[in-house]
Amino acid sequence: MASSFARILSSKRKVGILSLVGAGSLTVGFFLNREQHVNAGAHVRRIYPASAEYPDLRKHNNCMASHLTPAVYAKLCDKTTPNGYTLDLAIQTGVDNPGHPFIKTVGMVAGDEESYEVFADIFNPVIKERHNGYDPCNMKHPTDLDSSKIRGGQFDEKYVLSSRVRTGRSIRGLSLPPACTRAERREVERVVIDALAGLKGDLAGKYYSLTLMTEQEQQQLIDDHFLFDKPVSPLLTCAGMARDWPDARGIWHNNEKTFLVWVNEEDHTRVISMEKGGNMKRVFERFCKGLQEVERLIQEKGWEFMWNERLGYILTCPSNLGTGLRAGVHVTLPRLSKDPRFPKILDNLRLQKRGTGGVDTAAVGNTFDISNLDRLGQSEVQLVQTVIDGVNYLIECEKKLERGQDIKIPAPISQFK
Amino acid sequence: MPFGNTHNQLKMNYTAEQEYPDLSKHNNHMAKVLTLEMYENLRDKQTPSGFTVDDVIQTGVDNPGHPFIMTVGCVAGDEETYEVFKDLLDPIIEDRHGGYKPTDKHKTDLNPDNLQGGDDLDPNYVLSSRVRTGRSIRGFCLPPHCSRGERRAIEGLSVEALGALDGDLKGKYYALKDMTDEEQQQLIDDHFLFDKPVSPLLLASGMARDWPDARGIWHNDNKTFLVWVNEEDHLRVISMQKGGNMKEVFTRFCTGLTKIEELFKEKGHAFMWNEHLGYVLTCPSNLGTGLRGGVHVKLPNLSKHEKFGEVLKRLRLQKRGTGGVDTAAVGGVFDISNADRLGFSEVELVQMVVDGVKLLVEMEKRLEASQSIDDLMPEQK
Repeated sequence: MASSFARILSSKRKVGILSLVGAGSLTVGFFLNREQHVNAGAHVRRIYPASAEYPDLRKHNNCMASHLTPAVYAKLCDKTTPNGYTLDLAIQTGVDNPGHPFIKTVGMVAGDEESYEVFADIFNPVIKERHNGYDPCNMKHPTDLDSSKIRGGQFDEKYVLSSRVRTGRSIRGLSLPPACTRAERREVERVVIDALAGLKGDLAGKYYSLTLMTEQEQQQLIDDHFLFDKPVSPLLTCAGMARDWPDARGIWHNNEKTFLVWVNEEDHTRVISMEKGGNMKRVFERFCKGLQEVERLIQEKGWEFMWNERLGYILTCPSNLGTGLRAGVHVTLPRLSKDPRFPKILDNLRLQKRGTGGVDTAAVGNTFDISNLDRLGQSEVQLVQTVIDGVNYLIECEKKLERGQDIKIPAPISQFK
Repeated sequence: MPFGNTHNQLKMNYTAEQEYPDLSKHNNHMAKVLTLEMYENLRDKQTPSGFTVDDVIQTGVDNPGHPFIMTVGCVAGDEETYEVFKDLLDPIIEDRHGGYKPTDKHKTDLNPDNLQGGDDLDPNYVLSSRVRTGRSIRGFCLPPHCSRGERRAIEGLSVEALGALDGDLKGKYYALKDMTDEEQQQLIDDHFLFDKPVSPLLLASGMARDWPDARGIWHNDNKTFLVWVNEEDHLRVISMQKGGNMKEVFTRFCTGLTKIEELFKEKGHAFMWNEHLGYVLTCPSNLGTGLRGGVHVKLPNLSKHEKFGEVLKRLRLQKRGTGGVDTAAVGGVFDISNADRLGFSEVELVQMVVDGVKLLVEMEKRLEASQSIDDLMPEQK
């Protein structure tokens, strides 16, 4: 009985039709005899129907769990990208990290560029939820790195302590951090540092490999707030991004310490432009110039960044699609931050606050990290302008409160201009 | 299975040298053995279920090791791992298990009548006695590699088998994801509950995926026999009680294990076992008997003696803190257990513990009375 049942199941699986036994049921009755033959490259496994493999997401609160129905799971669970990345791999981080009652995490990652296509049935609704209604099926993402379009952007330095813009870039043709092999990761490193070595003038700099850096170099990078650690967040480790640490990881920065690139952390590259003080315009100018230079240099060698007009720049986490851009300031707002309208003001300005240690940290004193909420559906220029206009508004509010005047909640600005 | 680079076709686009891990700062058994040449020979192979050499070694690559403790740095994803990757695992097994050769045969002996004595360890010193081992169900992938469906199947089979135990072995299963806070606290207080692994050694191998799905703990009503389901192995079986009657603990251990094995067999499932490696478990360090028999024993004086380490070594025993592996001793109370797993039978290992602990207690008493222990120094076993 078992063997004929096995034949039915395995033939159904090949055709891609699977019968479901109801949401969330944990059927345990499908036992098959292990096939003993070994074919080089064959992936022969004990086979269970999708319903027996479907994760238990009843206690979960992340975007993946909200959209991964048993039907979607069954449809996608046998597919792989050309490199062999699977749905189970993509969702593992979301299965392992049920989420937080307050913070809704994304709960899935891409292993390569094709993940977003092959698993579009789950990625699209996740993207739509995370990016506030951006629909990859019928919308286009604008890319604009022309910093000359920025108006203003020099903040009052009595309030703004530092300005920073970051994004990520992926090298087309190489797997992303959750899936890459050691050789691929080393290739990413080679391609990127080769390009960075071609930067000149105020962008000229040096690469510090994590495996080779000295203790002194390490401490200096920590003191400069440049160094990234081996990820400890289970959101990242469960996705496999920390494998083989610190192999092929490193950090490059220019001699002036205003432009830096992380290699092989959560993405192939994270590109950061930063300065003390409030000159966001100059920070963004350097950001655009640096990015465009690096792109030109890798293209000279026949490489390009992962990008398409549906999703913009392709990065590991769906939350970073589009521009992948977070532009922000460290700003002191002692009065405004205590005003109960502060969250609503931020919300309407499409800004978010974080502590000064970055995501998942608390604010110290009255200094906040204020940055754009959105990533996808608006261009880099638009998002940075939003931050500039928004932070100016916050500073105005702070000044008004200083003078004993009242402040107003601004009208919500529109997304998807 | 859990890792993106398990698909050999992609890796084969690169040379072995390009893929070979950087083990220059590593100090574990895998790093000692895995040369570039060996990696090259093994990297295009996989077990029938798709486990590759990179899967085997990932935990060892991610955890360079400790200057003092030599970790294994490898895991198995299924029974066939030990065959397909024998070039890598045989030397590791030999190094870890005191020179055990690929041609050696391992003896299994779960007859408690063969244990001599062990019922009279001094309860003024020996606070508790415990024997644990692991078992894997043949035909299923091991925790680093199993899918959710497999893991649930293992749970289902195990719960069914355990549900048929009766007499003093009759008990109840607590699924990790269904237990109440009260049940959880009780299990913690009883020292029964296992946590989601936090050790990077385990996390890096993928054993904690999908936690707490299909994990649970079963124990008998008397709280003297318990089984962990789907933690580091399919099953971890533990017999324990307060006091020094190791004989009783071991008898219950053997009886319970034998009964469980029979119940699985009735349903057409065997345990993974062969005459070379004995019982097959996830970590090569647990092959053979998978048995750790030990006591919590008060040795405040002996533990400060300069010869303590040497005595343990000769007795083939090891010390741990009372929180288990990787913990420190509290208040002079040590966890003393057998150091070996493979190449000795269950009876032989528990005998070593019984005889050895008896001697340690005698030494402690001598030192309490400010007498010498020189004449008690044992020969190397």
